Amino acid sequence: MLGSTTAELVKMIRRPANWAMVGVALMLAMTFTYLAPYAGVAGAESGMPGNDRGLAALLPDQLVGNSVAGLPVFVGGIALVIGVLAVGGEYGWGTWKTLLTQGPSRLTVYTGKLAAIAVACLVLVVSLFATGAAASAIIASLEDQALNWPSFADVATGLGAGWLIAVMWAALGALLAIAMRGLALPLGLGMVWMLVVQNLLASIAAPLIDWVADLQKGLPGPNAGSLVSSLGAPGGTPGVSEMVGSGQSTLVVVGYLLAFVAAGALILRRRDVV
Amino acid sequence: MSLPVETDRLTKRYGDLVAVDQVTLTVRPGEIYGFLGPNGAGKTTTLRMLLGLVRASSGDVRLLGSAPGSPGHLERVGALIEGPGFWPYLSGRDNLKVLARYAKVGAERVGRVLDLVDLTDRAGDRYRTYSLGMKQRLGVAAALLKDPRLLILDEPTNGLDPAGMADMRALIRKLGADGCTVLLSSHLLSEVQQICDRVAVIAKGRIVAESTVAELRGDVRVKVVADPLPLAAETARALLGAEHVTVEDGALALDLEPARAGWVNRELVTAGVDVTEIRPLERDLEQVFFELTGQGEGNVG
Repeated sequence: MLGSTTAELVKMIRRPANWAMVGVALMLAMTFTYLAPYAGVAGAESGMPGNDRGLAALLPDQLVGNSVAGLPVFVGGIALVIGVLAVGGEYGWGTWKTLLTQGPSRLTVYTGKLAAIAVACLVLVVSLFATGAAASAIIASLEDQALNWPSFADVATGLGAGWLIAVMWAALGALLAIAMRGLALPLGLGMVWMLVVQNLLASIAAPLIDWVADLQKGLPGPNAGSLVSSLGAPGGTPGVSEMVGSGQSTLVVVGYLLAFVAAGALILRRRDVV
Repeated sequence: MSLPVETDRLTKRYGDLVAVDQVTLTVRPGEIYGFLGPNGAGKTTTLRMLLGLVRASSGDVRLLGSAPGSPGHLERVGALIEGPGFWPYLSGRDNLKVLARYAKVGAERVGRVLDLVDLTDRAGDRYRTYSLGMKQRLGVAAALLKDPRLLILDEPTNGLDPAGMADMRALIRKLGADGCTVLLSSHLLSEVQQICDRVAVIAKGRIVAESTVAELRGDVRVKVVADPLPLAAETARALLGAEHVTVEDGALALDLEPARAGWVNRELVTAGVDVTEIRPLERDLEQVFFELTGQGEGNVG
Protein backbone atom coordinates (compact mmCIF):
# COMPACT_ATOMS: atom_id res chain seq x y z
CA MET A 1 0.00 0.00 0.00
CA LEU A 2 2.76 2.45 0.93
CA GLY A 3 4.79 1.40 -2.11
CA SER A 4 1.85 1.99 -4.46
CA THR A 5 1.09 5.37 -2.88
CA THR A 6 4.68 6.61 -3.19
CA ALA A 7 4.83 5.30 -6.76
CA GLU A 8 1.68 7.24 -7.62
CA LEU A 9 3.04 10.36 -5.94
CA VAL A 10 6.30 10.15 -7.89
CA LYS A 11 4.39 9.79 -11.17
CA MET A 12 2.10 12.68 -10.28
CA ILE A 13 4.90 15.02 -9.19
CA ARG A 14 7.04 14.24 -12.24
CA ARG A 15 4.22 14.70 -14.74
CA PRO A 16 4.34 18.21 -16.24
CA ALA A 17 0.63 18.22 -17.10
CA ASN A 18 -0.31 18.21 -13.41
CA TRP A 19 1.77 21.32 -12.72
CA ALA A 20 0.28 22.96 -15.80
CA MET A 21 -3.18 22.32 -14.34
CA VAL A 22 -2.21 23.89 -11.02
CA GLY A 23 -0.73 26.85 -12.91
CA VAL A 24 -3.92 27.32 -14.95
CA ALA A 25 -6.04 27.18 -11.79
CA LEU A 26 -3.90 29.82 -10.09
CA MET A 27 -3.90 32.02 -13.17
CA LEU A 28 -7.70 31.84 -13.45
CA ALA A 29 -8.14 32.52 -9.75
CA MET A 30 -5.76 35.48 -9.77
CA THR A 31 -7.23 36.98 -12.93
CA PHE A 32 -10.90 36.76 -12.07
CA THR A 33 -10.72 37.04 -8.30
CA TYR A 34 -8.15 39.80 -7.92
CA LEU A 35 -6.67 41.34 -11.09
CA ALA A 36 -9.81 42.07 -13.07
CA PRO A 37 -11.82 43.31 -10.07
CA TYR A 38 -8.89 45.42 -8.89
CA ALA A 39 -8.48 46.89 -12.35
CA GLY A 40 -12.16 47.86 -12.14
CA VAL A 41 -11.73 49.33 -8.69
CA ALA A 42 -8.70 51.31 -9.80
CA GLY A 43 -10.73 52.60 -12.73
CA ALA A 44 -8.23 51.35 -15.23
CA GLU A 45 -10.52 48.92 -16.99
CA SER A 46 -14.10 49.94 -16.31
CA GLY A 47 -16.65 47.41 -17.46
CA MET A 48 -14.51 44.35 -16.81
CA PRO A 49 -16.18 41.42 -15.03
CA GLY A 50 -16.32 41.83 -11.25
CA ASN A 51 -15.35 45.48 -11.19
CA ASP A 52 -18.45 46.31 -9.17
CA ARG A 53 -17.41 44.24 -6.21
CA GLY A 54 -15.41 46.99 -4.65
CA LEU A 55 -12.15 47.12 -2.86
CA ALA A 56 -13.52 45.52 0.32
CA ALA A 57 -14.00 42.22 -1.51
CA LEU A 58 -10.30 42.05 -2.37
CA LEU A 59 -8.80 42.56 1.05
CA PRO A 60 -7.21 39.91 3.25
CA ASP A 61 -10.25 39.41 5.51
CA GLN A 62 -12.08 37.98 2.46
CA LEU A 63 -9.33 35.44 1.78
CA VAL A 64 -11.32 32.29 2.62
CA GLY A 65 -14.36 33.08 0.46
CA ASN A 66 -12.25 34.31 -2.44
CA SER A 67 -9.95 31.27 -2.35
CA VAL A 68 -12.72 28.65 -2.50
CA ALA A 69 -15.08 30.54 -4.84
CA GLY A 70 -13.85 28.82 -8.00
CA LEU A 71 -14.21 25.27 -6.73
CA PRO A 72 -17.82 24.63 -7.74
CA VAL A 73 -17.04 25.21 -11.43
CA PHE A 74 -13.68 26.39 -12.83
CA VAL A 75 -11.18 25.15 -10.27
CA GLY A 76 -13.40 22.11 -9.77
CA GLY A 77 -12.94 21.44 -13.48
CA ILE A 78 -9.17 21.56 -12.99
CA ALA A 79 -9.47 19.05 -10.11
CA LEU A 80 -11.54 16.78 -12.35
CA VAL A 81 -8.82 16.93 -15.01
CA ILE A 82 -6.20 15.96 -12.40
CA GLY A 83 -8.33 12.93 -11.47
CA VAL A 84 -8.76 11.91 -15.11
CA LEU A 85 -5.04 12.29 -15.80
CA ALA A 86 -4.06 10.19 -12.77
CA VAL A 87 -6.16 7.21 -13.88
CA GLY A 88 -6.83 7.64 -17.59
CA GLY A 89 -3.16 7.89 -18.52
CA GLU A 90 -2.66 4.27 -17.49
CA TYR A 91 -5.12 3.19 -20.19
CA GLY A 92 -3.60 5.41 -22.87
CA TRP A 93 -0.03 4.26 -22.23
CA GLY A 94 -0.90 0.62 -21.59
CA THR A 95 0.66 0.82 -18.13
CA TRP A 96 -2.08 -0.94 -16.16
CA LYS A 97 -0.66 -4.32 -17.21
CA THR A 98 2.90 -3.13 -16.50
CA LEU A 99 2.20 -2.08 -12.94
CA LEU A 100 -0.31 -4.84 -12.08
CA THR A 101 2.12 -7.56 -13.17
CA GLN A 102 4.52 -6.23 -10.55
CA GLY A 103 2.17 -7.73 -7.98
CA PRO A 104 -0.03 -5.12 -6.29
CA SER A 105 -3.78 -5.73 -6.30
CA ARG A 106 -6.02 -3.45 -8.30
CA LEU A 107 -7.54 -1.99 -5.16
CA THR A 108 -4.10 -1.32 -3.69
CA VAL A 109 -3.15 0.63 -6.81
CA TYR A 110 -6.50 2.44 -6.81
CA THR A 111 -6.10 3.40 -3.15
CA GLY A 112 -2.60 4.69 -3.90
CA LYS A 113 -3.98 6.74 -6.77
CA LEU A 114 -6.70 8.24 -4.59
CA ALA A 115 -4.14 9.12 -1.93
CA ALA A 116 -1.94 10.84 -4.53
CA ILE A 117 -4.97 12.65 -5.96
CA ALA A 118 -5.88 13.84 -2.46
CA VAL A 119 -2.36 15.20 -1.99
CA ALA A 120 -2.52 16.94 -5.38
CA CYS A 121 -5.85 18.53 -4.46
CA LEU A 122 -4.43 19.72 -1.15
CA VAL A 123 -1.50 21.31 -3.01
CA LEU A 124 -4.00 22.95 -5.38
CA VAL A 125 -6.17 24.40 -2.60
CA VAL A 126 -3.24 25.50 -0.44
CA SER A 127 -1.73 27.20 -3.51
CA LEU A 128 -5.01 29.05 -4.07
CA PHE A 129 -4.96 30.28 -0.49
CA ALA A 130 -1.27 31.23 -0.65
CA THR A 131 -1.51 33.20 -3.89
CA GLY A 132 -4.77 34.74 -2.72
CA ALA A 133 -3.10 35.84 0.50
CA ALA A 134 -0.22 37.37 -1.44
CA ALA A 135 -2.53 39.15 -3.88
CA SER A 136 -4.82 40.55 -1.19
CA ALA A 137 -1.83 41.70 0.89
CA ILE A 138 -0.39 43.53 -2.14
CA ILE A 139 -3.73 45.20 -2.89
CA ALA A 140 -4.14 46.22 0.76
CA SER A 141 -0.66 47.72 0.73
CA LEU A 142 -1.27 49.57 -2.53
CA GLU A 143 -4.55 50.97 -1.22
CA ASP A 144 -3.26 51.74 2.30
CA GLN A 145 -5.71 49.31 3.89
CA ALA A 146 -5.21 47.39 7.14
CA LEU A 147 -4.05 43.77 6.89
CA ASN A 148 -6.91 42.06 8.72
CA TRP A 149 -6.55 38.33 8.20
CA PRO A 150 -9.27 35.76 8.85
CA SER A 151 -8.87 33.63 11.96
CA PHE A 152 -6.86 30.41 11.85
CA ALA A 153 -10.06 28.42 12.40
CA ASP A 154 -11.76 30.11 9.44
CA VAL A 155 -8.74 29.43 7.21
CA ALA A 156 -8.59 25.81 8.36
CA THR A 157 -12.31 25.37 7.71
CA GLY A 158 -11.96 26.93 4.29
CA LEU A 159 -8.99 24.75 3.43
CA GLY A 160 -10.85 21.65 4.58
CA ALA A 161 -14.00 22.51 2.63
CA GLY A 162 -12.03 23.45 -0.47
CA TRP A 163 -10.02 20.25 -0.27
CA LEU A 164 -13.18 18.17 0.16
CA ILE A 165 -14.78 19.72 -2.92
CA ALA A 166 -11.61 19.39 -5.01
CA VAL A 167 -11.19 15.72 -4.04
CA MET A 168 -14.84 15.06 -4.89
CA TRP A 169 -14.40 16.44 -8.40
CA ALA A 170 -11.09 14.62 -8.85
CA ALA A 171 -12.74 11.36 -7.73
CA LEU A 172 -15.43 11.96 -10.37
CA GLY A 173 -12.62 12.38 -12.91
CA ALA A 174 -11.04 9.11 -11.79
CA LEU A 175 -14.39 7.33 -12.01
CA LEU A 176 -15.03 8.64 -15.54
CA ALA A 177 -11.53 7.53 -16.63
CA ILE A 178 -12.12 4.02 -15.23
CA ALA A 179 -15.60 3.76 -16.72
CA MET A 180 -14.47 4.94 -20.16
CA ARG A 181 -10.99 3.40 -20.05
CA GLY A 182 -9.13 6.38 -21.45
CA LEU A 183 -8.39 10.08 -21.31
CA ALA A 184 -10.09 12.01 -24.08
CA LEU A 185 -13.73 11.01 -23.60
CA PRO A 186 -13.80 11.40 -19.81
CA LEU A 187 -12.02 14.75 -20.11
CA GLY A 188 -14.50 15.97 -22.70
CA LEU A 189 -17.61 14.73 -20.96
CA GLY A 190 -16.37 15.86 -17.55
CA MET A 191 -15.71 19.38 -18.76
CA VAL A 192 -19.03 19.56 -20.59
CA TRP A 193 -20.76 18.67 -17.34
CA MET A 194 -18.71 21.13 -15.28
CA LEU A 195 -18.80 24.11 -17.60
CA VAL A 196 -21.94 23.69 -19.67
CA VAL A 197 -24.57 21.39 -18.18
CA GLN A 198 -24.27 22.76 -14.65
CA ASN A 199 -24.69 26.33 -15.90
CA LEU A 200 -27.60 25.45 -18.17
CA LEU A 201 -29.37 23.68 -15.33
CA ALA A 202 -28.82 26.57 -12.93
CA SER A 203 -29.50 29.49 -15.23
CA ILE A 204 -32.12 28.14 -17.66
CA ALA A 205 -33.81 24.94 -16.53
CA ALA A 206 -34.10 25.45 -12.75
CA PRO A 207 -35.88 28.85 -12.92
CA LEU A 208 -38.45 27.38 -15.33
CA ILE A 209 -39.01 23.83 -14.12
CA ASP A 210 -39.77 23.07 -10.47
CA TRP A 211 -38.43 19.51 -10.41
CA VAL A 212 -35.13 20.67 -11.89
CA ALA A 213 -34.92 23.29 -9.15
CA ASP A 214 -35.51 20.55 -6.57
CA LEU A 215 -33.00 18.28 -8.33
CA GLN A 216 -30.37 21.00 -8.04
CA LYS A 217 -30.44 20.60 -4.25
CA GLY A 218 -29.13 17.08 -4.64
CA LEU A 219 -26.46 17.60 -7.32
CA PRO A 220 -22.77 17.94 -6.46
CA GLY A 221 -22.16 21.32 -8.11
CA PRO A 222 -24.94 23.29 -6.40
CA ASN A 223 -24.05 21.74 -3.04
CA ALA A 224 -20.40 22.66 -3.55
CA GLY A 225 -21.62 26.17 -4.45
CA SER A 226 -23.69 26.33 -1.28
CA LEU A 227 -20.77 25.15 0.83
CA VAL A 228 -18.38 27.79 -0.49
CA SER A 229 -21.10 30.41 -0.27
CA SER A 230 -21.43 29.69 3.44
CA LEU A 231 -17.69 30.36 3.74
CA GLY A 232 -18.02 33.81 2.15
CA ALA A 233 -17.51 33.16 -1.55
CA PRO A 234 -18.81 36.16 -3.59
CA GLY A 235 -22.36 35.66 -4.83
CA GLY A 236 -21.69 36.66 -8.41
CA THR A 237 -19.16 33.88 -8.99
CA PRO A 238 -20.44 31.14 -11.37
CA GLY A 239 -21.76 28.16 -9.41
CA VAL A 240 -21.87 29.98 -6.08
CA SER A 241 -25.33 30.22 -4.51
CA GLU A 242 -26.79 29.59 -1.07
CA MET A 243 -29.24 26.90 -2.12
CA VAL A 244 -28.95 24.67 0.95
CA GLY A 245 -27.33 24.97 4.38
CA SER A 246 -23.67 24.29 5.00
CA GLY A 247 -24.43 21.12 6.99
CA GLN A 248 -26.47 19.55 4.23
CA SER A 249 -24.08 20.66 1.49
CA THR A 250 -21.12 19.15 3.36
CA LEU A 251 -22.94 15.85 3.77
CA VAL A 252 -23.97 15.75 0.12
CA VAL A 253 -20.42 16.50 -1.07
CA VAL A 254 -19.03 13.78 1.23
CA GLY A 255 -21.73 11.41 -0.05
CA TYR A 256 -20.80 12.05 -3.68
CA LEU A 257 -17.11 11.63 -2.87
CA LEU A 258 -17.74 8.23 -1.29
CA ALA A 259 -20.07 7.19 -4.11
CA PHE A 260 -17.56 8.13 -6.83
CA VAL A 261 -14.75 6.31 -5.01
CA ALA A 262 -16.85 3.17 -4.45
CA ALA A 263 -18.14 3.08 -8.02
CA GLY A 264 -14.61 3.44 -9.38
CA ALA A 265 -13.36 0.63 -7.14
CA LEU A 266 -16.18 -1.67 -8.16
CA ILE A 267 -15.67 -1.18 -11.89
CA LEU A 268 -11.88 -1.41 -11.69
CA ARG A 269 -12.02 -4.61 -9.66
CA ARG A 270 -14.53 -6.39 -11.89
CA ARG A 271 -13.32 -5.45 -15.34
CA ASP A 272 -10.68 -7.25 -17.35
CA VAL A 273 -7.47 -5.32 -18.06
CA VAL A 274 -7.12 -5.58 -21.82
CA MET B 1 7.33 -28.28 -5.13
CA SER B 2 4.70 -26.24 -6.96
CA LEU B 3 4.75 -26.24 -10.73
CA PRO B 4 5.49 -22.85 -12.33
CA VAL B 5 2.37 -22.93 -14.50
CA GLU B 6 -0.67 -25.18 -14.22
CA THR B 7 -3.94 -24.59 -15.97
CA ASP B 8 -6.90 -26.91 -15.92
CA ARG B 9 -9.59 -26.54 -18.59
CA LEU B 10 -9.04 -22.79 -18.66
CA THR B 11 -11.80 -21.10 -20.63
CA LYS B 12 -12.68 -17.53 -21.55
CA ARG B 13 -15.95 -16.60 -23.21
CA TYR B 14 -17.02 -13.21 -24.55
CA GLY B 15 -20.73 -13.74 -25.08
CA ASP B 16 -21.03 -16.48 -27.66
CA LEU B 17 -17.37 -16.23 -28.65
CA VAL B 18 -15.10 -18.75 -26.95
CA ALA B 19 -11.67 -17.08 -27.02
CA VAL B 20 -9.92 -19.76 -24.98
CA ASP B 21 -11.41 -23.22 -24.82
CA GLN B 22 -10.48 -25.70 -22.09
CA VAL B 23 -6.76 -25.04 -22.19
CA THR B 24 -4.78 -27.36 -19.94
CA LEU B 25 -1.06 -26.63 -19.69
CA THR B 26 1.75 -27.64 -17.42
CA VAL B 27 5.09 -25.87 -17.47
CA ARG B 28 7.81 -27.66 -15.52
CA PRO B 29 10.45 -26.01 -13.33
CA GLY B 30 13.48 -24.73 -15.22
CA GLU B 31 12.19 -25.31 -18.71
CA ILE B 32 11.79 -22.80 -21.53
CA TYR B 33 8.30 -23.36 -22.82
CA GLY B 34 7.16 -22.02 -26.17
CA PHE B 35 3.60 -20.88 -26.81
CA LEU B 36 2.66 -20.61 -30.46
CA GLY B 37 -0.51 -19.69 -32.24
CA PRO B 38 -1.90 -17.65 -35.12
CA ASN B 39 -3.34 -14.17 -34.58
CA GLY B 40 -6.54 -14.36 -32.57
CA ALA B 41 -5.87 -17.92 -31.42
CA GLY B 42 -6.28 -16.95 -27.76
CA LYS B 43 -2.60 -16.83 -26.89
CA THR B 44 -2.47 -13.40 -25.23
CA THR B 45 -5.84 -13.93 -23.54
CA THR B 46 -4.43 -17.10 -22.00
CA LEU B 47 -1.34 -15.25 -20.77
CA ARG B 48 -3.51 -12.45 -19.35
CA MET B 49 -5.61 -15.03 -17.49
CA LEU B 50 -2.46 -16.55 -16.02
CA LEU B 51 -1.52 -13.13 -14.65
CA GLY B 52 -4.98 -12.23 -13.35
CA LEU B 53 -5.44 -9.37 -15.81
CA VAL B 54 -8.38 -11.18 -17.40
CA ARG B 55 -10.79 -13.31 -15.37
CA ALA B 56 -11.37 -16.84 -16.55
CA SER B 57 -14.95 -17.84 -17.35
CA SER B 58 -14.17 -21.30 -16.00
CA GLY B 59 -11.22 -23.52 -15.20
CA ASP B 60 -8.28 -23.07 -12.87
CA VAL B 61 -4.90 -21.33 -13.01
CA ARG B 62 -1.97 -21.76 -10.66
CA LEU B 63 1.34 -19.90 -10.96
CA LEU B 64 3.94 -21.31 -8.58
CA GLY B 65 1.03 -22.78 -6.64
CA SER B 66 -0.96 -19.55 -6.25
CA ALA B 67 -4.28 -18.71 -7.86
CA PRO B 68 -4.90 -15.25 -9.40
CA GLY B 69 -6.11 -12.77 -6.80
CA SER B 70 -4.54 -14.63 -3.88
CA PRO B 71 -1.91 -12.76 -1.84
CA GLY B 72 1.54 -13.12 -3.34
CA HIS B 73 0.17 -14.53 -6.61
CA LEU B 74 2.82 -12.71 -8.68
CA GLU B 75 5.49 -12.40 -5.99
CA ARG B 76 8.14 -14.28 -8.00
CA VAL B 77 6.60 -13.89 -11.45
CA GLY B 78 7.84 -11.42 -14.06
CA ALA B 79 5.91 -10.65 -17.21
CA LEU B 80 6.00 -8.68 -20.43
CA ILE B 81 2.59 -8.83 -22.09
CA GLU B 82 1.69 -7.53 -25.54
CA GLY B 83 4.50 -5.00 -25.84
CA PRO B 84 5.99 -2.59 -23.34
CA GLY B 85 3.90 0.09 -21.62
CA PHE B 86 5.66 2.82 -19.65
CA TRP B 87 5.26 6.44 -18.57
CA PRO B 88 6.72 8.52 -21.42
CA TYR B 89 7.68 11.56 -19.33
CA LEU B 90 9.96 9.48 -17.07
CA SER B 91 13.40 8.15 -17.95
CA GLY B 92 13.92 4.44 -18.37
CA ARG B 93 15.60 4.27 -14.97
CA ASP B 94 12.84 6.25 -13.25
CA ASN B 95 10.19 4.06 -14.87
CA LEU B 96 11.87 1.04 -13.31
CA LYS B 97 12.22 2.81 -9.96
CA VAL B 98 8.49 3.49 -9.95
CA LEU B 99 7.79 -0.15 -10.78
CA ALA B 100 10.22 -1.25 -8.05
CA ARG B 101 8.00 0.56 -5.57
CA TYR B 102 4.94 -1.38 -6.76
CA ALA B 103 6.95 -4.59 -6.66
CA LYS B 104 8.40 -3.81 -3.22
CA VAL B 105 11.95 -4.47 -4.36
CA GLY B 106 14.96 -2.30 -3.59
CA ALA B 107 16.01 0.41 -6.02
CA GLU B 108 19.45 -1.24 -6.31
CA ARG B 109 17.84 -3.98 -8.40
CA VAL B 110 17.09 -1.37 -11.09
CA GLY B 111 20.76 -0.96 -12.04
CA ARG B 112 21.22 -4.73 -12.20
CA VAL B 113 18.33 -5.32 -14.62
CA LEU B 114 19.36 -2.35 -16.78
CA ASP B 115 22.77 -4.02 -17.12
CA LEU B 116 21.15 -7.33 -18.00
CA VAL B 117 19.30 -5.83 -20.96
CA ASP B 118 22.21 -3.58 -21.94
CA LEU B 119 20.32 -0.34 -21.43
CA THR B 120 22.44 1.36 -18.78
CA ASP B 121 23.90 3.95 -21.17
CA ARG B 122 20.48 5.29 -22.16
CA ALA B 123 18.74 4.73 -18.82
CA GLY B 124 18.71 8.46 -18.04
CA ASP B 125 16.87 9.40 -21.24
CA ARG B 126 13.13 9.86 -21.33
CA TYR B 127 11.18 6.79 -22.39
CA ARG B 128 9.46 8.70 -25.20
CA THR B 129 12.83 9.09 -26.93
CA TYR B 130 13.51 5.34 -27.00
CA SER B 131 13.49 3.24 -30.15
CA LEU B 132 11.09 0.28 -30.31
CA GLY B 133 13.92 -2.10 -29.52
CA MET B 134 14.96 -0.10 -26.46
CA LYS B 135 11.37 0.00 -25.25
CA GLN B 136 11.20 -3.77 -25.63
CA ARG B 137 14.41 -4.23 -23.66
CA LEU B 138 13.07 -1.96 -20.91
CA GLY B 139 9.95 -4.14 -20.83
CA VAL B 140 12.10 -7.20 -20.27
CA ALA B 141 14.06 -5.33 -17.58
CA ALA B 142 10.78 -4.56 -15.80
CA ALA B 143 9.85 -8.23 -15.98
CA LEU B 144 13.16 -9.13 -14.32
CA LEU B 145 12.82 -6.64 -11.45
CA LYS B 146 11.57 -9.22 -8.95
CA ASP B 147 14.32 -11.71 -9.79
CA PRO B 148 11.52 -14.02 -10.93
CA ARG B 149 11.33 -17.79 -10.73
CA LEU B 150 8.82 -17.68 -13.58
CA LEU B 151 9.12 -15.30 -16.51
CA ILE B 152 6.23 -14.86 -18.93
CA LEU B 153 7.35 -13.13 -22.13
CA ASP B 154 4.99 -12.21 -24.93
CA GLU B 155 6.96 -11.63 -28.15
CA PRO B 156 10.10 -10.37 -26.36
CA THR B 157 12.16 -9.89 -29.53
CA ASN B 158 9.63 -7.60 -31.24
CA GLY B 159 11.35 -4.54 -32.61
CA LEU B 160 14.87 -5.78 -31.94
CA ASP B 161 17.51 -5.82 -34.65
CA PRO B 162 19.22 -9.16 -35.41
CA ALA B 163 21.96 -8.51 -32.87
CA GLY B 164 19.40 -7.53 -30.27
CA MET B 165 17.38 -10.65 -31.02
CA ALA B 166 20.45 -12.81 -30.56
CA ASP B 167 21.24 -11.03 -27.27
CA MET B 168 17.67 -11.54 -26.08
CA ARG B 169 17.78 -15.24 -26.94
CA ALA B 170 21.07 -15.53 -25.11
CA LEU B 171 19.56 -13.78 -22.09
CA ILE B 172 16.57 -16.12 -22.08
CA ARG B 173 18.86 -19.15 -22.35
CA LYS B 174 20.97 -17.80 -19.47
CA LEU B 175 17.89 -17.23 -17.32
CA GLY B 176 16.78 -20.77 -18.08
CA ALA B 177 20.23 -22.10 -17.22
CA ASP B 178 20.09 -20.19 -13.93
CA GLY B 179 16.90 -22.04 -12.99
CA CYS B 180 14.29 -19.50 -14.08
CA THR B 181 11.30 -21.03 -15.82
CA VAL B 182 10.35 -19.15 -19.00
CA LEU B 183 7.00 -19.21 -20.77
CA LEU B 184 7.69 -17.64 -24.14
CA SER B 185 5.11 -16.60 -26.67
CA SER B 186 6.61 -15.80 -30.02
CA HIS B 187 5.63 -15.40 -33.63
CA LEU B 188 9.12 -16.43 -34.67
CA LEU B 189 9.00 -20.18 -35.03
CA SER B 190 12.73 -20.35 -35.57
CA GLU B 191 13.20 -18.62 -32.24
CA VAL B 192 11.04 -21.15 -30.42
CA GLN B 193 12.82 -23.93 -32.27
CA GLN B 194 16.19 -22.61 -31.09
CA ILE B 195 15.56 -22.00 -27.42
CA CYS B 196 12.47 -23.85 -26.20
CA ASP B 197 12.45 -27.24 -24.50
CA ARG B 198 8.75 -27.84 -25.09
CA VAL B 199 6.12 -26.16 -27.21
CA ALA B 200 2.34 -25.78 -27.10
CA VAL B 201 0.47 -24.82 -30.23
CA ILE B 202 -2.88 -23.08 -29.81
CA ALA B 203 -5.42 -22.55 -32.60
CA LYS B 204 -8.98 -21.23 -32.30
CA GLY B 205 -8.65 -21.20 -28.52
CA ARG B 206 -7.65 -24.85 -28.17
CA ILE B 207 -4.31 -26.52 -27.65
CA VAL B 208 -3.70 -28.60 -30.75
CA ALA B 209 -0.28 -29.94 -29.80
CA GLU B 210 2.04 -29.98 -26.82
CA SER B 211 5.39 -31.74 -26.83
CA THR B 212 9.11 -31.26 -27.19
CA VAL B 213 10.31 -29.53 -30.33
CA ALA B 214 11.89 -32.77 -31.53
CA GLU B 215 8.67 -34.72 -30.99
CA LEU B 216 6.67 -32.07 -32.73
CA ARG B 217 8.90 -32.23 -35.78
CA GLY B 218 8.39 -35.96 -35.89
CA ASP B 219 10.98 -38.66 -36.65
CA VAL B 220 14.29 -37.44 -37.94
CA ARG B 221 15.34 -38.76 -41.34
CA VAL B 222 18.61 -38.78 -43.23
CA LYS B 223 19.04 -37.60 -46.81
CA VAL B 224 21.63 -39.36 -48.98
CA VAL B 225 22.72 -38.17 -52.43
CA ALA B 226 24.52 -41.07 -54.10
CA ASP B 227 25.50 -42.52 -57.47
CA PRO B 228 24.31 -44.87 -58.82
CA LEU B 229 20.99 -44.31 -57.07
CA PRO B 230 19.45 -47.76 -57.76
CA LEU B 231 22.44 -49.53 -56.22
CA ALA B 232 22.38 -47.13 -53.26
CA ALA B 233 18.66 -47.81 -52.72
CA GLU B 234 19.14 -51.56 -52.96
CA THR B 235 22.00 -51.47 -50.42
CA ALA B 236 20.08 -49.21 -48.05
CA ARG B 237 16.99 -51.45 -48.19
CA ALA B 238 19.17 -54.42 -47.35
CA LEU B 239 20.59 -52.53 -44.37
CA LEU B 240 17.44 -50.88 -42.96
CA GLY B 241 14.50 -52.72 -44.46
CA ALA B 242 12.52 -51.59 -47.49
CA GLU B 243 9.90 -49.73 -45.45
CA HIS B 244 12.59 -47.36 -44.11
CA VAL B 245 13.95 -46.28 -47.49
CA THR B 246 12.27 -43.98 -50.00
CA VAL B 247 13.53 -42.23 -53.08
CA GLU B 248 12.61 -38.54 -53.17
CA ASP B 249 13.83 -35.92 -55.67
CA GLY B 250 16.77 -37.98 -56.87
CA ALA B 251 18.00 -38.81 -53.39
CA LEU B 252 17.41 -41.39 -50.68
CA ALA B 253 15.37 -40.49 -47.60
CA LEU B 254 16.16 -42.90 -44.79
CA ASP B 255 14.28 -43.37 -41.50
CA LEU B 256 17.45 -43.29 -39.46
CA GLU B 257 18.95 -41.66 -36.40
CA PRO B 258 21.55 -39.14 -37.67
CA ALA B 259 24.08 -40.71 -35.31
CA ARG B 260 24.01 -43.86 -37.47
CA ALA B 261 24.63 -41.99 -40.73
CA GLY B 262 28.35 -42.82 -40.66
CA TRP B 263 27.64 -46.53 -40.58
CA VAL B 264 25.30 -46.29 -43.59
CA ASN B 265 27.85 -44.18 -45.44
CA ARG B 266 30.56 -46.78 -44.85
CA GLU B 267 28.33 -49.64 -46.04
CA LEU B 268 27.31 -47.72 -49.18
CA VAL B 269 30.92 -46.96 -50.07
CA THR B 270 31.87 -50.60 -49.47
CA ALA B 271 29.09 -51.60 -51.86
CA GLY B 272 30.63 -49.38 -54.58
CA VAL B 273 28.34 -46.37 -54.25
CA ASP B 274 29.71 -42.83 -54.48
CA VAL B 275 28.14 -40.79 -51.63
CA THR B 276 28.25 -37.07 -52.38
CA GLU B 277 25.97 -35.77 -49.62
CA ILE B 278 24.59 -37.17 -46.39
CA ARG B 279 22.76 -35.01 -43.81
CA PRO B 280 19.80 -34.99 -41.39
CA LEU B 281 16.46 -34.28 -43.05
CA GLU B 282 14.31 -32.54 -40.41
CA ARG B 283 10.82 -31.22 -40.73
CA ASP B 284 10.87 -27.52 -39.94
CA LEU B 285 8.74 -26.47 -36.98
CA GLU B 286 7.09 -23.93 -39.25
CA GLN B 287 5.90 -26.71 -41.51
CA VAL B 288 4.51 -28.60 -38.52
CA PHE B 289 2.86 -25.46 -37.24
CA PHE B 290 1.01 -24.81 -40.48
CA GLU B 291 -0.10 -28.43 -40.61
CA LEU B 292 -1.46 -28.27 -37.05
CA THR B 293 -3.23 -24.94 -37.32
CA GLY B 294 -4.29 -25.01 -40.92
CA GLN B 295 -2.86 -21.51 -41.36
CA GLY B 296 -1.06 -19.97 -44.28
CA GLU B 297 2.27 -18.22 -43.95
CA GLY B 298 2.28 -14.66 -42.66
CA ASN B 299 -0.59 -15.30 -40.30
CA VAL B 300 1.36 -16.49 -37.35
CA GLY B 301 1.07 -14.51 -34.12
